[in-house]
Amino acid sequence: MLSAESLAQIDRELTKYPPEQKQSAVMAALRIAQTELGWLSRDTIEFVAHYLGMPAIAAYEVATFYNMYELAPVGRNKVTLCTNLPCQLQGADKIAEHMQGKLGIGFGETTADGRYTLKEGECMGACGHGPLCLHNNHKMHDHLTPDSVDKLLDDMK
Amino acid sequence: MSLNTPDTQVCLWTLQHSESASLATYTANGGYEALKKILAEKTPAEAIIAEVKTSALRGRGGAGFPTGLKWSFMPRNFPGDKYVVCNTDEGEPGTFKDRDIIRFNPHQLIEGMIIAGYTLGAKAGYNYIHGEIFEEYQSWERALEEARAAGLLGRDILGSGWDFDLHAHQGYGAYICGEETALLESIEGKKGQPRFKPPFPASYGLYGKPTTINNTETLASIPWIMRHGGQAFLELGKPNNGGSKIFSISGHVNKPGNYEIPLGTPFADLLEMAGGVRTGHTLKAVIPGGSSAPVLTAEAMMACTMDFDSVARAGSMLGSGAVIVMDDSVCMVKALERLSYFYFEESCGQCTPCREGTGWLYRIVHRIEHGQGRPEDLDELLRIGKNIGGNTICALGEAAVGPVASFVKHFRKEFEYHIENKRCMVGS
Repeated sequence: MLSAESLAQIDRELTKYPPEQKQSAVMAALRIAQTELGWLSRDTIEFVAHYLGMPAIAAYEVATFYNMYELAPVGRNKVTLCTNLPCQLQGADKIAEHMQGKLGIGFGETTADGRYTLKEGECMGACGHGPLCLHNNHKMHDHLTPDSVDKLLDDMK
Repeated sequence: MSLNTPDTQVCLWTLQHSESASLATYTANGGYEALKKILAEKTPAEAIIAEVKTSALRGRGGAGFPTGLKWSFMPRNFPGDKYVVCNTDEGEPGTFKDRDIIRFNPHQLIEGMIIAGYTLGAKAGYNYIHGEIFEEYQSWERALEEARAAGLLGRDILGSGWDFDLHAHQGYGAYICGEETALLESIEGKKGQPRFKPPFPASYGLYGKPTTINNTETLASIPWIMRHGGQAFLELGKPNNGGSKIFSISGHVNKPGNYEIPLGTPFADLLEMAGGVRTGHTLKAVIPGGSSAPVLTAEAMMACTMDFDSVARAGSMLGSGAVIVMDDSVCMVKALERLSYFYFEESCGQCTPCREGTGWLYRIVHRIEHGQGRPEDLDELLRIGKNIGGNTICALGEAAVGPVASFVKHFRKEFEYHIENKRCMVGS
């Protein structure tokens, strides 16, 4: 189900916690699985639960509670734009409009070619640099302008 | 600037150096010397706690609770494991200071956590890092490796015979995990739903063991305090408000960013440092301590100094030091609509008054903003707020009410205009 490299990363996470507390690694394990597979299917979640020796339902609870996990397939490039108040004051609404117009999709939608998914995000903790977005959860792009958004999106393959 | 001189920058002084985040920069400027001294002299935990109490350091995450007092709650003679936990789940809209501590001075946080671990008798520490700042999670892990390689973490730290280790735990998108018991649940690999208190974490914390949870900026201030003394830290700020503090300014200023200045600095001075209100506009309102803090009018804010007591007297709270500035172009109904949506989205769903109430608040503000407000809506909002406050396990419900009640209180005319005229009075 997961590559040897992903399993090695999960094993490294497990060393952080007491041996009897393997469940503590579930958030990291789900993140690692999602990074490899793009999203978390029920089978993937059950595999992770089994790997950590925890009930599948407990892993499913975690996967459904935290909003950076994807429970359905998304585009190759998931772009999450923060629209919370500080970013809004700094122009996030215009960036949202520009992104949606350029890609022809709304928030929560994926382009027909599977290249992009747009999401609306909550505070990312970098408000002074807004408007900003996350690319595939792990790379932040800040001080967005319509021009920089064009370049950013065009560079995503 | 460095840790060697008691400058007013406690946490972000490394920005004056190239290679701000490196171990070499930190140690060349007095870093880890407080820890070395403590381990060499076997400083008693009581003496460290007394120094922190003298400093009047108050929690930098939002509640402003005295750190020395919190540390004194940990049981001294508990026979089993104990933990120290750092809260870098920085998701309160407007707040972005802890991210900069990790980016620019990770070792001061590490040293602060080691000293906390030594003082509290912990065997390990975890730093819970906001899900959306993955690059900082990775860079902090690299800093941990540097510290481990230098013998500052792990077994027999600096030949003292004492073992202690630190780890990073990444969140993955849940504002509620900034609440300390939700954060503990999350480290345990569960949904981040807050626990009933009591028992408090000092007696039943991570894995049911005694645990102390402090904010990133709080822990990063500890090495400075131990190096220069609690009295020097206290004198940086003002009585009952020791130290300098990082203020994160966002919104309608010319130079948004982090400014680390002594507590008690007039708001007008902070605003000037941030380049003033956006050119061509005037100040309308300020949220002085993160989105959960009640909004204040421009006049009230201009009369404030930036410290816990002054902002509380003005009817709000210093919170995390996140200052959201709004100029005369802002529609207060639209601003509140976005904040109300945030709390609705982030309620963990555990307590009915919050789970349902935050939805009601959002839907009512939403319909006012969209020209479908009813005359009774404003009183309804306040009534719902009263039924949330005090009826939930954690403070998220009250945090959702704070903006609603204060926006309506200070800008009621704008809300009434929206309801009556089905449009905004700003710019019309």
